Amino acid sequence: MPDPILKITGVSKSFGALKATNGVTLDLYPGEIHALIGPNGAGKSTLIKQITGEIRQDAGTIAFEGQSIDHLDAADRARIGLARTFQISQIAPDLSALKNVMLAVEARAGRVFRFFRPVSRDLDLTAAAMAFLHDAGLGERATLRAADLSHGERRQLEFAIALAMRPKVFLMDEPMAGLSPDGSKRMTAFLSDLRRTAPILLVEHDMEAVFALADRISVLVYGQVIATGTVAEIRANPEVRTAYLGDEAA
Amino acid sequence: MSRETVLNLAILAGLLAVALTAHLSGEPFLVTLATKAAILGLAGVGLNLALGYGGLVSFGHAAFFGIGGYAAGILASAAQNYEPLMTWPLELPGTTSMPIIWATAVIAAGLVALPIGALSLRTGGVHFIMITLAFAQMIYYFAISWPAYGGEDGLSIYVRNTLGTLDTMDPLTFFLIVFALLLLVLGLTLMATRSRFGLALAMARQNPLRLTSMGVRPFRVRLTAFVLSAMAVALAGALYADLNRFVSPSMLSWHLSGELIVFVILGGVGRPLGPLIGAALYVLLESQLGQLTEYWQLPLGIILLLVVLFARGGVIGLVTGRNANA
Amino acid sequence: MTATLLIEQVLNGLQFGTMLFLMAAGLTLVFGVMGLINLAHGSLYMVGAFAAATAAAATGNFLLALVAALAAAALAGALVEILVLRRLYRRDHLDQVLATFALILIFSEGTRWIFGSFPLYLDVPQALSGTVRLGTLTYPAYRLAIIVVGIAVALGLWLLINRTRLGVQIRAGEADREMIAALGIDIAKLYTVVFALGAALAGLAGALIGPIQSVQVGMGEPVLIMAFVVVVIGGIGSIKGALVGAILVGLTDTLGRFLFPVILGAFTDPSSATAIGSALASMSIYILMALILVWRPTGLMGAH
Repeated sequence: MPDPILKITGVSKSFGALKATNGVTLDLYPGEIHALIGPNGAGKSTLIKQITGEIRQDAGTIAFEGQSIDHLDAADRARIGLARTFQISQIAPDLSALKNVMLAVEARAGRVFRFFRPVSRDLDLTAAAMAFLHDAGLGERATLRAADLSHGERRQLEFAIALAMRPKVFLMDEPMAGLSPDGSKRMTAFLSDLRRTAPILLVEHDMEAVFALADRISVLVYGQVIATGTVAEIRANPEVRTAYLGDEAA
Repeated sequence: MSRETVLNLAILAGLLAVALTAHLSGEPFLVTLATKAAILGLAGVGLNLALGYGGLVSFGHAAFFGIGGYAAGILASAAQNYEPLMTWPLELPGTTSMPIIWATAVIAAGLVALPIGALSLRTGGVHFIMITLAFAQMIYYFAISWPAYGGEDGLSIYVRNTLGTLDTMDPLTFFLIVFALLLLVLGLTLMATRSRFGLALAMARQNPLRLTSMGVRPFRVRLTAFVLSAMAVALAGALYADLNRFVSPSMLSWHLSGELIVFVILGGVGRPLGPLIGAALYVLLESQLGQLTEYWQLPLGIILLLVVLFARGGVIGLVTGRNANA
Repeated sequence: MTATLLIEQVLNGLQFGTMLFLMAAGLTLVFGVMGLINLAHGSLYMVGAFAAATAAAATGNFLLALVAALAAAALAGALVEILVLRRLYRRDHLDQVLATFALILIFSEGTRWIFGSFPLYLDVPQALSGTVRLGTLTYPAYRLAIIVVGIAVALGLWLLINRTRLGVQIRAGEADREMIAALGIDIAKLYTVVFALGAALAGLAGALIGPIQSVQVGMGEPVLIMAFVVVVIGGIGSIKGALVGAILVGLTDTLGRFLFPVILGAFTDPSSATAIGSALASMSIYILMALILVWRPTGLMGAH
């Protein structure tokens, strides 16, 4: 059994009297999709923010590739290989989809402070960005202004950006949110393939997608992980049933 | 060629034409006016990098305009009065050489902009506006109180500074020098905004969260833009001091900071030549309205208010009908 | 330098702080409730001073002059809010800065047009023209009265915010602007009232300072900048912060002007000491602001 690429141990964060995350322990292995589910307000967003570095945890430690990353800020964590996709697509609305991805390519290469060469003539950037846009299914719409893209297309742009970062881990916050049933099917297929590029920690509400994709599932309730296991194990788990699934998954 | 490019070239050509025509018809005052427009336009172009492209609403850029002006004033007056700036630990004479003055102005502004930007950029939104304003005020009051360089009365430079063998006192010659620098700064700004840095800056303005998640710190990008814009504005300040052969604390006042923002808005935010149009319009209004009434700032205020409320894209927005850049 | 002199300067600092509080309270209230940055606040200060001077010259009654100042400033404020600021609430701060900057030009030149460039005079009211004995110190009664007014206003504001229905609406508006619309509160009226309130406070400040400094166009600008510093130090949106910030700034500035030349006089000749001392004093509040911001980027009592 290889080492986990991401290891979260005893991570807690309180906001005043509210314990958003309370001693959360979970890990992510190469090649897997580990889904994180739980009712609203369970602390999933807080946990993601703690992993990406947006919020500093009160206790516990987060290790990436065996090394603690607690002292690294969000930008550094992105640079070492943690790519995040947001629940609401985060893009630059006035830039074209292509330029959005080109920036990700540029950032990955570490050559941001270059002042003289125009990006539009930078063939390395444009070619690489187009490739990622194709992978995400947005090749045809590359030159459109990001603000003019549909909701589903913005999701695709979100993923093209994530791909362009050549990450070692994907942290995905509700990628299915707002997608049509057709879009969800395509996204599910896309994510299933994606786990070969890098493992995915997937926060999601869409149970159909979760059961179709997840290698393992962790259930978060009131800031604590009440169960971790395979799809079958979780479905059978009585605690999970009462806390979250109801009698939906029989 | 896009509508905007045609407009841009027309503006530049127009400014040049005005100066040449004025010179040939024996109206040196108009040449000076055109020079003033060019200098203020240069300052606006500098501010636009931080404000229009970077989204940093700095209400303190007069500080850098003034630093440029005072660099010119102090160096020139030291040379003209035969009083060195420093005698210990080494003797630093003044100079009336324009290139040295420009370099000093630009470097001094950059050095001051670094800590101001570093502190101010830890905040955003309204805080940033107020903090940049306050820092500029600090420098303003310092200039007023420090007696060595004229205090409130300002500092006179008797003869215009030198550039090789050119007759810099000749209005047209000076205009051409300024115009050349304007083209240079415009070119550099255009390059910067189209470069990789420019792309990062655009993202820093539109979605800093996304930029961070790409592994780039918005703070660094913004600070760079802030410092570069300060340096450009300082160059304009040095030229302005040379134009008027006078520098005073009013170059550091927050009114000037406001006017710089006005140039950018009037012409169109985030457009390369917007500030030049805005500055030219402002100079024109000032001279024309000023002839009608001594209370010319009243109609100016009304016009500005109407532009802000109803013509958001500025003049260029009105002419080309489109906003921002993709 | 004696203890008496020091106490006198401290009182001066408190008096200055009171003025700043009156200005800053309005600024921070408007920002907290409406999210609007208003550069024209200094113009409302000026309007109050001019109204007071005009009323005092016409009637000879200081109290009437104060009422005139409050009314004129509140009215001007309400007009500005209805005609201009309403369109700016949803716009970004750049637009707000520019529009209110334009308003400054309009107010300043308009006032200069009506009243001319020469300063107007406002006399200290007869009843307060004497001095008060505080131990070894004799202090002008009028300045002391200003401090008292400041305390009264602070208490009044506290009562307003915490004990009245308007106060509840204000607190709700500060907490969540979108929610209060859903609660059926008349936002438009609330905003106008809040802005007029802030304007009235500024006008009051202008009227109160009239007898001490002259009443002239542009008098509001230095005070406006300082009020901004107070708001930034205290935390945008916090009236408590405005009070704390105002006292801090008032004391720092006044004591700085007094102490720096004295301290420097020990190291260098008198004329340099005065020059450098006053330069340092002018800069001191901005240095104070910078230091506080390094420690607390959103101000002493600002949101985290």
